[in-house]
Amino acid sequence: MSNLAFPFARRRPRSVIPGFGLTLGLTLTWLSLIVLLPMAGLFIKTSELTFSRFLSIVTAERTVHALQVSFGLSLAAAVVNAVLGLVVVWVLVRYDFPFRRVVDALVDIPFALPTAVAGIALTAIYAENGWVGSLLAPLGIQVAFTPLGILVALVFIGLPFVVRTVQPVLTDLDQELEEASASLGASRWQTIRRVVLPAIGPSLVTGFALAFARGVGEYGSVIFIAGNLPGVSEIAPLLIVIRLEEFRYADATAIAVVMLLASFVLLAAINGLQRWSERRGRAS
Amino acid sequence: MSIDIVGVTKRFKSFTALDNVSLHINSGELVALLGPSGSGKTTLLRIIAGLDWPDSGEVHFDGEDALSRSVRERNVGFVFQHYALFRHLSVFENVAFGLRVRRGPAKLPEAAIRERVNELLSLVQIDWLADRYPAQLSGGQRQRVALARALAISPRVLLLDEPFGALDAKVRKELRRWLRHLHEEMPVTSVLVTHDQEEALEVSDRIVVMGRGHIEQVGAPEDVYRNPATAFVHDFIGETVRLPGEVRGGALYLKGQRLGLDAQGVGDGPAQILARPHEVELAPPEGAPFAGRVLALRSFGPNRRVDVEIASDAGTTVVEAAVPTDREIAVGAQVGLLPHRYRVFSATA
Repeated sequence: MSNLAFPFARRRPRSVIPGFGLTLGLTLTWLSLIVLLPMAGLFIKTSELTFSRFLSIVTAERTVHALQVSFGLSLAAAVVNAVLGLVVVWVLVRYDFPFRRVVDALVDIPFALPTAVAGIALTAIYAENGWVGSLLAPLGIQVAFTPLGILVALVFIGLPFVVRTVQPVLTDLDQELEEASASLGASRWQTIRRVVLPAIGPSLVTGFALAFARGVGEYGSVIFIAGNLPGVSEIAPLLIVIRLEEFRYADATAIAVVMLLASFVLLAAINGLQRWSERRGRAS
Repeated sequence: MSIDIVGVTKRFKSFTALDNVSLHINSGELVALLGPSGSGKTTLLRIIAGLDWPDSGEVHFDGEDALSRSVRERNVGFVFQHYALFRHLSVFENVAFGLRVRRGPAKLPEAAIRERVNELLSLVQIDWLADRYPAQLSGGQRQRVALARALAISPRVLLLDEPFGALDAKVRKELRRWLRHLHEEMPVTSVLVTHDQEEALEVSDRIVVMGRGHIEQVGAPEDVYRNPATAFVHDFIGETVRLPGEVRGGALYLKGQRLGLDAQGVGDGPAQILARPHEVELAPPEGAPFAGRVLALRSFGPNRRVDVEIASDAGTTVVEAAVPTDREIAVGAQVGLLPHRYRVFSATA
């Protein structure tokens, strides 16, 4: 009974990996300073508002629309990236071609390029008089200054997240698995669907989640190409900046709180999906 | 189904993996491709399977051209050294894979698939593991799953690439006996690749010994072991004692002394006399064909071995021979060596 009464009083088990206390302490301190403290400030500032005022801010038509644009287009962009990113990974891992390393390096550019530069470049290309925009204009497709433009920007910045998470997993995938599948009579497509995709699935979900999370928070590249029409192509982060410039700080943090909670719920759901697919893969 | 391999050559860049190899495999036979790494045995197996294509040559299954068909269409069961099981599928679904991917008229109803898979799982004696995942199995169990999976498609040929190579010695021994037993119950034409001569000798109907892209010898295990066609085969197929010598006019000499051994028709020139350690007897130094000083004495289990230093034309040679455990022998003593069964090969070949 005394053991149960003092669960922490027992001798610590010996471990070959010492330093748990020190590293956990550092981790918690660091996370508090960098992540938790600013987030707490967000909630404290928001609490200046009465609840009814908070509700009226976050349910205002403009706010709701901005949130819809941010989350909806981020999800759409993450889906596009998951599909096309997978194709990029496939080509980079499975084939050897001239300048493969150059193409491989190109994937990282969205990581490194200042987002404002990316936004301006994309706008210049997709504007009605731009290289691509002028080709699309006769077809009645307008990219720049529409939600479609936001999608293009989010696809651009999200691509490396999918590629860099899936690439090592596909590289490590044993070629023999596909040979076994083919020898059992599976077609190429059946092999990809039944053998390759389940193996790289968890990493693809991770890449999807990262691309999505990045898209929700993206600001710099979007505001140039979006046109920023309230109720049409205005993203939530921009609305927050607008509220800040109007010195309505509590309004800004209220929108931020909603974004934070929504992101949290969506990422938790994606995490759950990933764990489920991993369990199917490993089955403890 | 019989397999004919005719003049197959395969090069990887500058390395010739197979050099004009021809081989006939009878229907229902279990053949072992035996050789050291780099001998081309796995390449030959992969060409039979359709996982690799030769640069030139032909492969026929029952007289039909096999090279025009992909691995998918050849209906071969392939068992990989590292099992290549699908980690995300249960044991049952791994075995069912080949049946589930069938399309069109060959597609089986669910009940038939279940029946077939359960039948195979009991055949390989792992029916109680059906719901487990590969990660939860031991190596031996995984290889049984891999075998059941390959057999599920009722293959015309079963190809095994070092199937027991990743297992420990005890499990390996058990599994290869079981494989032999399985083959007798279900005589599918089978080709087994191995570098373990004991495995090849124990399991197969015939052994194909390969070295550096060539077939060195084909024959029944007993025949290959007792009558190796080349020094390479003798050396590879079992423990070998290598004694020096020279053939002159149909007789064997060492340092000008006639050895009193049969030259076995080898032409004039430097020769090597190869024997198994247990076929070399210790004898009094006087009158024995070889004599030398005992350098070391080792015992392991029921065996005792001596290293004997023999003077030869090229300085000295150290030879290992078996000693009966009841025989008194001391390091530094002069002993004679008398091979009572041996093979003579030209040393230049």
